[in-house]
Amino acid sequence: MLTALLVMLGLALLLGIVLGYSALKFKVEGDPLVDKIDAILPQTQCGQCGYPGCKPYATAIAKGEADINQCPPGGDSGMRALADLLGVEPKPLNAEHGLPKPKSVAVIDENLCIGCTLCIQACPVDAILGAAKHMHTIIASECTGCELCVAPCPVDCISMEPIQESVANWKWRYPVYSLKQTA
Amino acid sequence: MISRLFKFSGGVHPPEHKLESTGQPIQVLPVSGTLVLPLRQHVGNLPKILVQPGDHVLKGQLLAEAVGAISAAVHAPTSGTIVSIEDQSIPHPSGLPDVSITLNPDGENRWMPLNPTDWRQRDRAEMISSLRVSGIVGMGGAAFPTQIKLRPGGGSGIKTLIINGAECEPYITCDDMLMRERADEIVRGIEIAHYLLGPEKCIVGIEDNKPEAERAMREACARSAVKIDVAVVPTLYPSGDARRLTALLTGIEVPSDKRSSDVGIQVFNVATMTAVYRYFSLGETVVSRIVTVTGNVARPGNFEVPLGTPMTALLEAAGGELPNTNGLIMGGPMMGFSLPSMQVPVIKATNCIIASAPRLFPAPPPVLPCIRCARCADACPVSLQPQELYWFAKSQNLDKAREYKLFDCIECGCCSYVCPSNIPLVQYYRFAKSEIIAQDKAKEAANLARERNEFRLERIEREKQERAAKHAQRAAGAKAESADADADAAKKAAIAAAMERAKAQKAEVQPKNTEDLSDAAKAEVAAIDVRRAEATAAEPEAANVVKEKQENG
Repeated sequence: MLTALLVMLGLALLLGIVLGYSALKFKVEGDPLVDKIDAILPQTQCGQCGYPGCKPYATAIAKGEADINQCPPGGDSGMRALADLLGVEPKPLNAEHGLPKPKSVAVIDENLCIGCTLCIQACPVDAILGAAKHMHTIIASECTGCELCVAPCPVDCISMEPIQESVANWKWRYPVYSLKQTA
Repeated sequence: MISRLFKFSGGVHPPEHKLESTGQPIQVLPVSGTLVLPLRQHVGNLPKILVQPGDHVLKGQLLAEAVGAISAAVHAPTSGTIVSIEDQSIPHPSGLPDVSITLNPDGENRWMPLNPTDWRQRDRAEMISSLRVSGIVGMGGAAFPTQIKLRPGGGSGIKTLIINGAECEPYITCDDMLMRERADEIVRGIEIAHYLLGPEKCIVGIEDNKPEAERAMREACARSAVKIDVAVVPTLYPSGDARRLTALLTGIEVPSDKRSSDVGIQVFNVATMTAVYRYFSLGETVVSRIVTVTGNVARPGNFEVPLGTPMTALLEAAGGELPNTNGLIMGGPMMGFSLPSMQVPVIKATNCIIASAPRLFPAPPPVLPCIRCARCADACPVSLQPQELYWFAKSQNLDKAREYKLFDCIECGCCSYVCPSNIPLVQYYRFAKSEIIAQDKAKEAANLARERNEFRLERIEREKQERAAKHAQRAAGAKAESADADADAAKKAAIAAAMERAKAQKAEVQPKNTEDLSDAAKAEVAAIDVRRAEATAAEPEAANVVKEKQENG
């Protein structure tokens, strides 16, 4: 009887120590769900969802404060991926937050730029190069096309140019063929 | 001698159509009209342009140099003047224009000064680095820069050097004709590759439908100081694929996630070996190539043409296209693609041009549903499950397609060839592949954007803290100043106190002139004092009256 009790007590202690140790050792940093949602979001950091970036939106979705259909750059496929991840019904994109547009990059008209640095401060990914009273330019490969630099420009010298299809980014098309007509 | 041959699973026997274009020897075509040289003639980075419109260049002169590890240089195919550098139609399945250099020949066809060297005396590493400016790429059609594959011996670990003369695709005969006519050049190129890589074995693989080429190669190899075996492999499409040929000759299957060089094997096309020979022994850069022109033309054959020559000039050399020609195919009928126009130039990857016509390539019969007969799986030389890949690609289930090793597919077209339902399977795989590549690129861009955004937020936070720290520091400075002010105040107070004391002392001291006064003067002083006292007594009253008046009013 006593042996059994001691054994159970010993086991409880041992397992308790193991559990306690592993809880400390393998502690999950941050919310894995937020990271998973963030990985699906397109990282344009455009704020069209109403949150100041993709991570805050991901956090809001994880908390249940935001809906999954607020991200126009992610498009329908992004919304479906979120629905898949969260196990909810897909729903059409909320037009209040804007409509999906073809991917574009910002272009500064360098003849008009007055070097005010306002766009540099607005860019969420530091993709604009320049200094006060010096001409600014966009690093096209870093630009996410978020359009956040367009509004602050006092001389309206920034425009959004859709990315043209070129040999480098061309994709094979989905095969289309006509079926044989019968009767 | 090769002791025995191995096998690979699958493969098909499409009609060969090779006899049409092997009837006449290789013709060397002169430069005709302007040449258009696309920068994108190889796998990898676009080269950097070194010339400007208006520049006069000599044949073989470097026009654009390789950028980064995987890239190839572009040279002038003849002497002449650079007319323009702009987007032009190029031979690419997209049909989209791309950056090209246009060269107006001066008719002299003058080489730049060539410096032929004896490669046996040269340092291997130096030879490899000089390959970067040679412009040599895989001439079999893949156009992979050769300098990557010819890393020097010792460290290379290459045990078997395989020279690919299989040329398994129907219609194409440029390697066949090259082996028949210029076997010695090929063998000299193989000697150089042998010198650079230091392999234990060297095998030339030729399909058994090219007996003349085999004989020529055997004779040339017998004359060589290096021991080179010639192996004849059975005609079976796609035995010319590098990995299939490796499997046939060595029995080694290169793992899907590795390069053949990782398992000690390197494979080169015969035409690449000629280019290597010409570069090291004659000093000539890649300025021309042999192209098979066949299909619906009057006199099919093989032509050595300067790069950049328009396809129309090739067709003309082949006697012109026959009636009913409805387009050009670059490459073979199995893996090639339709050219966007007849004006596009010959590039380093152009091994064959087929004028298509309904009599050769009738319109495909209607597509029927997949009946899961699995003939495609039997034909697949890579042992994939084409029918499964088809479902995944069709439903755009890209993750699953990747899981089923879509990227091991060599797009040989065997599955489409045997499909009884005429499903364009390879088109689905190409679509799925490019979709996956695009998604991966987007993901990479998103990761970069996330990283940059996080860095920016961190920087803003850090700047905020730095500013706060600076403010705190300034505030602390102000406090120190106020401590000084306290000290000043104390000093002032001390002075004030001293003055106060002095005043008190002064008050205590009686005025000297009040002593020893006469009585009359004393009486006068007393009277004055009384008057002053009266006046001071009356004044507050008057002030009070005024105050009351103000309050009432």
